Amino acid sequence: MAKVTVDGIEVEVPNGASVLQACEAAGKEIPRFCYHERLSVAGNCRMCLVEVEKAPKPVASCAFPVAEGMKVFTDSAVVRQARRNVMEFLLINHPLDCPICDQGGECDLQDQAVAFGSDASRYHEPKRAVKDKDIGPLIKTVMNRCIQCTRCVRFSAEVAGTSELGGTNRGENMEIGTYVEKALTSELSGNLIDICPVGALTSRPYAFVSRPWELKKTDSIDVLDATGANIRVDARGPEVLRIIPRINEAVNEEWMADRGRFSFDGLKRRRLDRPWVRRDGKLVAATWPEAFAAIAAKLSSVPGDRIGAVAGALADAESTLALKDLMTAYGSANLDCREDGAAIDASRPEFWRFNTTIAGIDEADALLIVGSDVRREAPVLNARIRKRWTAGKFPVAYVGPHGLDLTYPAAHLGAGPGAMQGFAETLKAAQKPMIILGRGALQRADGAAVLAAAWALAADVGALTADWHGFNLLHLFGGEVGALELGFVPGADGKGLDAMLAGGVDALWLLNADGFDPARIAAGTFVIYQGHHGDAMAGRADVILPGAAYTEKDATWVNTEGRAQRGRLAIFPPGEAKEDWRIIRAFSEGVGKALPYADMHAIRAALAAASPVFARVGDVARAGCADPAGPAGGEVSGADFVLPLPVYHQADVISRASDVMAQCAATYGPAPALAAE
Amino acid sequence: MASLDRVARSLLLTELVSGMALTLKYFFKKKATLNYPYERGPLGPRFKGEHALRRYPNGEERCIACKLCEAVCPALAITIEAEPREDGSRRTTRYDIDMTKCIYCGLCEEACPVDAIVEGPNMEFAAETRAELIYTKEKLLDNGDRWEPMLAERLRLDAPYR
Repeated sequence: MAKVTVDGIEVEVPNGASVLQACEAAGKEIPRFCYHERLSVAGNCRMCLVEVEKAPKPVASCAFPVAEGMKVFTDSAVVRQARRNVMEFLLINHPLDCPICDQGGECDLQDQAVAFGSDASRYHEPKRAVKDKDIGPLIKTVMNRCIQCTRCVRFSAEVAGTSELGGTNRGENMEIGTYVEKALTSELSGNLIDICPVGALTSRPYAFVSRPWELKKTDSIDVLDATGANIRVDARGPEVLRIIPRINEAVNEEWMADRGRFSFDGLKRRRLDRPWVRRDGKLVAATWPEAFAAIAAKLSSVPGDRIGAVAGALADAESTLALKDLMTAYGSANLDCREDGAAIDASRPEFWRFNTTIAGIDEADALLIVGSDVRREAPVLNARIRKRWTAGKFPVAYVGPHGLDLTYPAAHLGAGPGAMQGFAETLKAAQKPMIILGRGALQRADGAAVLAAAWALAADVGALTADWHGFNLLHLFGGEVGALELGFVPGADGKGLDAMLAGGVDALWLLNADGFDPARIAAGTFVIYQGHHGDAMAGRADVILPGAAYTEKDATWVNTEGRAQRGRLAIFPPGEAKEDWRIIRAFSEGVGKALPYADMHAIRAALAAASPVFARVGDVARAGCADPAGPAGGEVSGADFVLPLPVYHQADVISRASDVMAQCAATYGPAPALAAE
Repeated sequence: MASLDRVARSLLLTELVSGMALTLKYFFKKKATLNYPYERGPLGPRFKGEHALRRYPNGEERCIACKLCEAVCPALAITIEAEPREDGSRRTTRYDIDMTKCIYCGLCEEACPVDAIVEGPNMEFAAETRAELIYTKEKLLDNGDRWEPMLAERLRLDAPYR
């Protein structure tokens, strides 16, 4: 630790810390453009100049290490003049187009020019002009505005791991671009918009739409992948206009994935905004009482064990609990939340959680990925793995289709489950080995055996000890783990998904379940579809109950770690659509089986009683493995793993309804067909 | 004595005579009132009347949808929506001013970086229904075209003080 005095305030910072960090520790604001906490230091904007005692001239604090007894001045006449001069240079080539710039109002350059710049420019000569680059349907570039801080270049090289951006030429002629014009391929490209301190990289779907001061900001959770990134939903009136990440060091740091960020325009399209009932083979618009009457008539006419329910990938915990309790009231144990057919053993939470936790990835020292394209299934989590890989001494291998680009080098062991053993020696040699099992690896006939084999491997290589849990299941969507935590799986004598679809039930309640082919539902099954988008499944329904999408309700979501997080209502559901758990509660009261909770507090208390996960919202109980006994397995077949999300940009009902995501899918196409080796 | 004086004054109607004299004086003086709408007084260049959206001489609309007028409007009378036009430039798709909310403070024209929204010299836009006082973009641009010579002159006169 080094003692540093900043403007007379004495602070202690670790050796090797920068002067800028010491100033921040002392609570002094240092203006900066190129410096970013999560990127390497570039030191090229020169905005963070401070005065250091005995230094002949002002030093760039972001790149200057502290020394014992250093005296730093952040507000002296020299510093103020230096900042004014740097700002004047930066503004020489920056156009004065703030009124038409989308960054206006939330622009670092604008703010710092006001706070630290001088009031007038002495530059009257022509400004530099740079051609705009086309880098895909998500990011709009106005390269005249670029101040060449190279944050985007460093983000693309270090965090996203795609190294697609770079600078050509030098000095005033320097241009940021992709060398050969092409669309960025990173699933984290939206974060470039956030880290760009000026308006050079802005959001294309959000272009010219709104100003930051017009937006109502609501904290929420991204449910379109299972990372559970913390987000802020910015809405104006009845429309979500953009989604940006919030900082949560334990989950998403400050990044989020493109599908969650840009698919919000799908919230406006193909929405179910009123109940529908099938009469004479045709769906006709109905009222809530009519829809409820149609369901009640059907459910009362069949025995309890002929009623079933499936909770889908985007179902929130409250409605899942309500539906489970309703089914229990009807005497049905036919529940399943594994709509994709993944053979997840629901007997112990360890079998379905990401036990190492996302923050725990930083501690791991060897990783085996089985049947998962982590980069596309959970881009933010993949960035965390890449961050660990960047720190060094982190061997990674994967089992799955050959040629997977995970943004960090990973050895390919083989395409089928048999190849897992090939990495056992490396994992054994590691202190804290990790295995990530993709949900896609379990969506097959021998899924249970794959799960058991992966667990057995983890136990064998010492990944399951009292203080380290290296077995991880990576889910795909925000609602999957919540339903597992609530035990939304077949009860005693209950039928699973396959049995229910094959005609095992006469009435099937689908809660946001869009993950399987509607044609699999046996003819004659009465289908109640509760959801928010008129996707394929709604077309098969006999009664449609319009629900709320994740931005339209106060709901609890559980990410792949088993971390419950709360999303809040940002806009109201369209038309007559209602919050999902309230629909089920209202129905239960109508049929005389009133569920024992009538308000939000009561159902949250019921959630907390159902599983401890919901009692520690925002937190996760990380523990070692107490019981290395694995799940029941079977014979593993030699079949190759098939990745579950063929098109990254169109994986769920919301992104399938999104125009922006459709453009992305057209630009990038499906993931390149990977040949099994 | 005082009472005699008062009686004499009232009998001789002196107050009436002096009052009528004043009336007669004003009868021949120049009138201060105007025969409005046929006659009108002078208007200063800073008069804040009906709004207008101006164009450049080549016909291109000036407004770039920066929304500063919407942000500064203390009466929340302005509503703007924008999206990229076909040529990629930033333009409004909706520019509404609720003239019944507007307090004619002139902050919108102060805020405008391109002199697009201005308050012109027209004050005779009373209407019979409230709906007629919700001004749309078309109406405002039409106002601009109609009043442009006077708007430009007004800005020119005020320019030294801005």
